[in-house]
Amino acid sequence: MTKTLGFFPGGLKLPGHKKRSTQTPIRKTPLAKRLTLPLQQHIGSAAIPIVEVGDKVLKGQQIARADGHVSVCLHAPSSGTIIAIEDHPIPHPSGLTAPCITIETDGEDNWVERHPVKDYRSLSTHEIRQIVRDAGIVGLGGAGFPSFIKLNPGVHHTVETLLLNGAECEPYISCDDMLMRERADGIIDGIEIMQYALRAREVILAIEDNKPQAISAMELALASRPHLQNTRLVVVPTRYPTGGEKQLIQVVTGKEVPSDGLPIDLGIVSHNMGTAYAVGRAIHHGEPLISRIVTVTGKDVPHAGNFETLFGTPISELLTYAETKREPDEAFILGGPMMGFSLSGDNLPVTKTANCILAGVDDVAPAQEPLPCIRCGDCASACPASLLPQQLYWHSRAKDFDQTRDYNLFDCIECGCCDYVCPSKIPLVSYFRFAKTEIMNQERERKKSDLARDRFETRQARLEREQREKEERQRQRKAALAASKAKKEQQEKAAETADADNKETE
Amino acid sequence: MLTAVIALTLLALILGLLLGFASIKFKVEGDPIVDQIDKILPQTQCGQCSFAGCRPYAEAIAAGEVDINRCPPGGESTIQALADLLDVEPKPLDEECGVEKPKMLAVIDEQRCIGCTLCIQACPVDAILGAAKHMHTVIADECTGCELCLEPCPVDCIDMVEMTPNPNTWRWPDPSHVQLERGERV
Repeated sequence: MTKTLGFFPGGLKLPGHKKRSTQTPIRKTPLAKRLTLPLQQHIGSAAIPIVEVGDKVLKGQQIARADGHVSVCLHAPSSGTIIAIEDHPIPHPSGLTAPCITIETDGEDNWVERHPVKDYRSLSTHEIRQIVRDAGIVGLGGAGFPSFIKLNPGVHHTVETLLLNGAECEPYISCDDMLMRERADGIIDGIEIMQYALRAREVILAIEDNKPQAISAMELALASRPHLQNTRLVVVPTRYPTGGEKQLIQVVTGKEVPSDGLPIDLGIVSHNMGTAYAVGRAIHHGEPLISRIVTVTGKDVPHAGNFETLFGTPISELLTYAETKREPDEAFILGGPMMGFSLSGDNLPVTKTANCILAGVDDVAPAQEPLPCIRCGDCASACPASLLPQQLYWHSRAKDFDQTRDYNLFDCIECGCCDYVCPSKIPLVSYFRFAKTEIMNQERERKKSDLARDRFETRQARLEREQREKEERQRQRKAALAASKAKKEQQEKAAETADADNKETE
Repeated sequence: MLTAVIALTLLALILGLLLGFASIKFKVEGDPIVDQIDKILPQTQCGQCSFAGCRPYAEAIAAGEVDINRCPPGGESTIQALADLLDVEPKPLDEECGVEKPKMLAVIDEQRCIGCTLCIQACPVDAILGAAKHMHTVIADECTGCELCLEPCPVDCIDMVEMTPNPNTWRWPDPSHVQLERGERV
């Protein structure tokens, strides 16, 4: 290591609980009878179906296309028949339904024709991004942002550093750990392509020091490719939430991403290890993103481990396959114990962002009713984003949303450190999530009312114009009528005088 | 004495010219306070406040002619925002005008619609599409839920339905309410 590491403020040392799920190699989840694929598994607009009910599809065939720029397409994870395109419950904290495509699998798992790229260096960076986009690849760390956008720094930026995030700091989760241990070469394949696409000057792989096996596997894979220049592995101390994008950048480079900025403003692009692997598969094997590695763990899972699971597989089947002790419809946590949310319902599918399913958390104190805030300030010292959670809590609770913005509510990464340390057990993050969605709702309504005002004013203007035109027409008609009347009278008069003249001559 | 008089007169003249110039150069079009009030109002144009639209109501508020609590679609949050803006005490919603309801959306039962165009003429934001003797339909994104189309419909084919959130517009519940519902101490 050449440089000393930076650090971020706050954070916590948490018990890892990762051993439980790293004892066995990655297993493949058996093919489910039905795969339910939500059209929106990413940040951005939902994909648009390009198949119809009754269509036969092959594994890897595109079944929905991207809608607009911030969107990716969706592929059939296995061969079978489309049996429904309708609303279906999705793994979302709201428990709402959303449009999904349901495939009844035929068990044959027949691939569509794949088009591997022999030499990715023959492709332009634009072509690489297009392949990544068409492969439906999104950030697999949890947020699900379309990856091709992050492979396009734009003309105004040059990429100094490509940062590969293998920190995986949240307790229990070990899918990236296992991926690095078992498929280090595949990951490096993807990293090479990403570096080429971004023209990044250096590549840094950051892994937390609680994953010695993953570190040695990645080191070995790196050592086998001496042509990789300026690529190094950085071991970062285990501290939650080091895996947060901004936090990891702070640890690795010592630079802080500004509040309203993006890592690219510092010349940094970061991707998750799993995403790099998916990019490698897409280019070298022509495979779209149709599965991911999901950690299934918790104290109710005797055979905890990591499972390579096709998207759309019911989470309940995955839990059953891992021999989880649970009642039907019993709640589980999607994500980790800090940032995940509780879900129940046996028909929820695995999606692109499902990194961990947690059934039964160890050593948690029974839920306690919150006590008043005593202003101890523990939350502020634990906050990795240097916010003041007690102030944010105060204003969120009072629904004083302008104030929460002044206290930079939107810099909150919802890591849960403040909740964890709060001696009064106040659900701080719940308040922040509430305030954030309320503010976003206000924005939406403001936009809508602006539109309504515009339309109302345009309508008023149109009605006035029509009224004016009507009056104008009436006036013209009246004038024309008067003119013709006058003409007629004149003619009659002329005729009369003519008659009189005639009589006289007679 | 004379110099002082001359100096002061000159000064007054210069400043007067400056003011006159400023009043022409920096002339404010319209009434900014009306715009600010109008911005807070929800723009449903429903007329429940007894004014013909949001802007006339905003003008009346600015002139101090009416209270700030006459907007049922805006509800409590609008009253609060108006009170903040005008630095007056917020009041509960005037029940004469109506009650605060969840966001609604007009939906035309297309089987029953006879294509009379009366609702199209009533819609303040041109959110209804259709032509004479042809079925009409509501552009959902543009409907403000003002209910002005209900009355003119001769066959009563328009229903107001509550807008259901989708996962993108869904809001996290207020934690203090969640605890209240559970009967716990807040």
